[in-house]
Amino acid sequence: MALIEVKNLKKSYGAIHAVRGISFTVERGEVVGFLGPNGAGKSTTMKLIAGHLRADHGAANVASFDVSTHPIEAKTHLGYSPEGAPAYSEMTVREFLRFAADLRNLPNPSEKVKKTLALCRLNEVAHQTVDTLSKGYRMRLGFAQAVIHDPEVLILDEPTDGLDPNQKFEVRRILKEMASRKAVIVSTHILEEIDELCTRVIVIAHGEVRCDESKEQFLQRGTDLNEVFRKLTA
Amino acid sequence: MSSESSPPAPRATSAVWAIFNREFAGYFRTPLAYVFLAVFNAFAISLAFFVGNIYEAGVANLDRFFLYHPWLWAFLAPAAGARLWAEERRQGTIELLLTWPISVWQVAVGKFLAAWLFLATALLITLPIAFTVGYLGDPDVGVIISGYLGSLLCAGACLGIASIASALTRNQVIAFVTGFLACFLLVLIGYGVFDEFISGLFTPNIIEEVRRIGLWRNLEPFTLGLVDLRPVAYFLTLSFGGLGLSTIIIERR
Repeated sequence: MALIEVKNLKKSYGAIHAVRGISFTVERGEVVGFLGPNGAGKSTTMKLIAGHLRADHGAANVASFDVSTHPIEAKTHLGYSPEGAPAYSEMTVREFLRFAADLRNLPNPSEKVKKTLALCRLNEVAHQTVDTLSKGYRMRLGFAQAVIHDPEVLILDEPTDGLDPNQKFEVRRILKEMASRKAVIVSTHILEEIDELCTRVIVIAHGEVRCDESKEQFLQRGTDLNEVFRKLTA
Repeated sequence: MSSESSPPAPRATSAVWAIFNREFAGYFRTPLAYVFLAVFNAFAISLAFFVGNIYEAGVANLDRFFLYHPWLWAFLAPAAGARLWAEERRQGTIELLLTWPISVWQVAVGKFLAAWLFLATALLITLPIAFTVGYLGDPDVGVIISGYLGSLLCAGACLGIASIASALTRNQVIAFVTGFLACFLLVLIGYGVFDEFISGLFTPNIIEEVRRIGLWRNLEPFTLGLVDLRPVAYFLTLSFGGLGLSTIIIERR
């Protein structure tokens, strides 16, 4: 059963057609890399699936729940980390995760916070306020709030953006650990990340799917991935 | 439709409670809250003593104290309410709130109640003036309680307007100025200067109807010990109307 089903999604901002009829499904165990230039419609598609934006047309299902007609049920199964990993700057890391656990009404919230702090290696900054965190820790916190309830569906908008190689390695490690049990969509600009992290690639340009294939098929398109990317998104 | 091993959906009350707690605590995480409380207290007492001459009047009641509350709330409720949605938009955290399994109205109610309680805290700090009047004279306690109730409802009404302004923008300054101007207009209605301004435009009947929507016109009965249904309904309509409208604005973003 597909945990994410996207059917002919369309979204416009005034005269700008950000998403022009995108369709795909993601099964459990798949890690889909969302590739595309800036403004291609990746983030908008993710926001539509996560229920942050309403689609003009089409439907997005998460764990078989339509995001527009059953938003609470769909979001219960979803972990979403927006671009830039926003968080309440005045809260400590522990407080922020506790807030996320409370809002999701998780059983044993203290235990969930403790486990998530350990999983995302945030223990050493647990008592720091968000505004004092380095970018690496902040991105990990964004990731932590998305996985605190161990969701079946994970949507991560550029989770490794701006991180140093060690921090990228950490985020990828955590993601790999849990990927087999989930359906994951990760947007990225880093083409090498496809090989390391993803099982499938969806390339989006001008609001349309230009390519949807397995990682292996994508890598066979050429040795120079930048050139492959340029051709697909032109 | 359903899926296997569905985690339970969060209860509505627990989500409202979590939002309420975070928001209320949020006010006190910055020195601004204490400045706000000090400013409210200082102005409320100063206006009553130095403009309203509450002491010289020699009457053991607080109507000269409550007289200036619409002005204070018109300024301070938008100041406290400007952050309600604008700050979420600025920090980007609105994207989290709207993708967690909670509805917009739960967030809106939690935020509104926290802000209202914060304003109630400011009002509570002025209680020594009531005790002072009680010490110096023999006031009607019921009238004082109804006055405080009216002021609290007036604060809620201004907060309702402020929440609409905050939902419309990501800029707290714009949210504050918009909210303040709307509340200021409601304060002006019913004052002589406003009557003079509109007297040439409308018939006396219409002017009287317009006066009825002024903040002071609706607060005044409370300061006299009258808790009528009409002013209560007026304040609650503004409060919950503002809450509802801000919810719709955020939902239709």
